[in-house]
Amino acid sequence: MTSLKTEVGDLVFDNPSILASGIMDETGMSMVRVLECGAGAVVSKSVGLASNPGHANPNFLEVTSGCINAMGLPNPGIDAYGDEMKIAVDKGNVIGSIYGASPKDFVILAEKMQSYGACAVELNLSCPHAKGYGIEVGTDPKMVKSIVEAVKAAVDIPVWAKLTPNTHILPEIGKAVEDGGGDAIVAINTLKAIAIAPEFARPILSNKVGGLSGAAIKPIGVRAVWDLHNAVSIPIIGVGGITNYRDALEYIMAGASAFQIGTAVMDHGPEVFNTVCKGINKFMKRYGYRSISDMVGVAHE
Amino acid sequence: MSEILMIKDCKKINSNTRRITFEWDVEAKPGQFVMVWAPGMEEIPLSLSGVKHEKSVTFKIIGPDTEKLAQLNSGDRIQIRGPYGRGYTYDQNDKKNILLVGGGIGIAPLIPLMKARSADIVLAGRTAEEVEPYIPTAKNFAMKHWESTDDGSLGFHGNAVDLVKEIMKDERYDEVVACGPEIMLYFLHQYLNKVHVEHQMSLERHMKCGCGVCGACMMDDKRVCKDGPVFNNYEIDLMPEFGTSKRGIDGSLIVFRK
Ligand SMILES: Cc1cc2nc3c(=O)[nH]c(=O)nc-3n(C[C@H](O)[C@H](O)[C@H](O)COP(=O)(O)OP(=O)(O)OC[C@H]3O[C@@H](n4cnc5c(N)ncnc54)[C@H](O)[C@@H]3O)c2cc1C
Ligand SMILES: Cc1cc2nc3c(=O)[nH]c(=O)nc-3n(C[C@H](O)[C@H](O)[C@H](O)COP(=O)(O)O)c2cc1C
Ligand code: FES
Repeated sequence: MTSLKTEVGDLVFDNPSILASGIMDETGMSMVRVLECGAGAVVSKSVGLASNPGHANPNFLEVTSGCINAMGLPNPGIDAYGDEMKIAVDKGNVIGSIYGASPKDFVILAEKMQSYGACAVELNLSCPHAKGYGIEVGTDPKMVKSIVEAVKAAVDIPVWAKLTPNTHILPEIGKAVEDGGGDAIVAINTLKAIAIAPEFARPILSNKVGGLSGAAIKPIGVRAVWDLHNAVSIPIIGVGGITNYRDALEYIMAGASAFQIGTAVMDHGPEVFNTVCKGINKFMKRYGYRSISDMVGVAHE
Repeated sequence: MSEILMIKDCKKINSNTRRITFEWDVEAKPGQFVMVWAPGMEEIPLSLSGVKHEKSVTFKIIGPDTEKLAQLNSGDRIQIRGPYGRGYTYDQNDKKNILLVGGGIGIAPLIPLMKARSADIVLAGRTAEEVEPYIPTAKNFAMKHWESTDDGSLGFHGNAVDLVKEIMKDERYDEVVACGPEIMLYFLHQYLNKVHVEHQMSLERHMKCGCGVCGACMMDDKRVCKDGPVFNNYEIDLMPEFGTSKRGIDGSLIVFRK
């Protein structure tokens, strides 16, 4: 018998597929739909202390093999978001994604997410297009460690840290998460990118800089998970460009205990979670793997 | 996918309505929409009012972006993304008796459908100038056409829903297809459910990505941009937010009718 049962530290999910933050998760009902479509868990939109409209349109563009977005972390603020969480946590595992500028911000947000019933918090230390947040706090190992430590001391649920690939010291930052007591690392967020319209001789996105996601970034994400697997011993959740079961297996075999899917929802709908899981199940039968954990990191052996 | 295209024509339809025409070599269906942008404005969703090789968008000037768009001339360039969304479901060869109901700027997106299959049409507006520009096309392509204005300056004196009720005293329809302000669609949906006539409606919510990723345009568990913007009556029955609440650009819930 093969089983898709997935363990990320103390958390157990029915399968390893998780909805990535920022995709169809601004509202409770949209998260419910993704759970009902078969995702093992969903990550909420990244939520901050106060309401944020995000960047003006255009903030999204399809490019070859992916898309560039600069949504700018739109969210109604942690207090209003409680109603959305309430709707979703009734239907499955919801990980609360949060962003802030200081350890104190993260602590307040994490406590709220815990009180809303989140099964874990995901610290967004990696948004490439929000000034004062994201990358700006997530590429400094000392800052990362102090944020993780502070949140760990404040909540009982597992603390995941989502990291950016826009750095040459990713393993060092991964170590900082581990040293701070973090329960898992999520990698990767989008890569800094710009698209220019030659006819207009200017960048297309209102924020100019956005983040590249989708198929184009998969090999980079797999490499990031590979490097992290060599650097830390806490679980890793792989994300970036996963569209089918083979993409997901690349991440697992590079060292990921579970994986997230975002951009693929655009072309394949929320049904993509079920399709990918079915593909993994078939693959496991064919190649003699009994559990997801049997495959984690095997490419290193 | 996105393309930067040259405007063929920017035509004044009435005092506050413009139609921008452009050649665009992609397949599009009646009811689909595009995201339109040019430097100096925010990108906005607009329905296609022409879906052949020569395509068009017809829009009402209501704010800074439509204002900016209206200032463009033939030869200027715009970025177009799409076509996005599920258009109207129809079969040009079926024998269904169909009534199209367009309210205000919602008339324009029904034109490609009126040209694609036989149907009757209701052209509804607040004043005569919202309706008049479409009468020649309706004469050419619709089987029967009726007009209504809120101020009584043309045709039936009253709103679209009241006119539909009048028409249905004599006519039998298998299906109604409607596009217009949400308040019109809301009361039309209630009436058509009561008299058991199937229908499809084109809905609107604030859009950012336009293609089903960001979740900005949710109405209950549906993405208006990707799962819609056209929904049938059975789907709408399961969407309590229709006609009652919407999402702000920060995703917060805004209730506008209890
Ligand atoms: C699928 C769809 C198809 C549409 N088709 C047409 C059409 O064919 N013709 C037409 O005239 N209008 C259409 N609209 C509405 C059109 O997008 C708005 O009128 C336009 O965005 C107004 O921009 P503005 O800056 O001029 O006005 P603003 O003052 O910025 O906004 C006025 C109102 O327009 C709406 N709006 C603004 N930005 C957006 C956005 N990003 N997404 C959705 N709504 C927005 C809001 O209700 C807002 O209150 C459509 C909307 C949607 C969602
Ligand atoms: C439209 C959009 C919005 C996103 N918003 C967030 C966000 O709020 N928080 C976050 O941590 N990541 C966000 N991301 C990044 C994704 O969660 C994911 O890390 C990235 O897109 C790579 O995965 P993918 O290729 O499967 O999309 C967003 C991505 C997209 C495309
Ligand atoms: S506008 Fe992004 S999902 Fe509809």
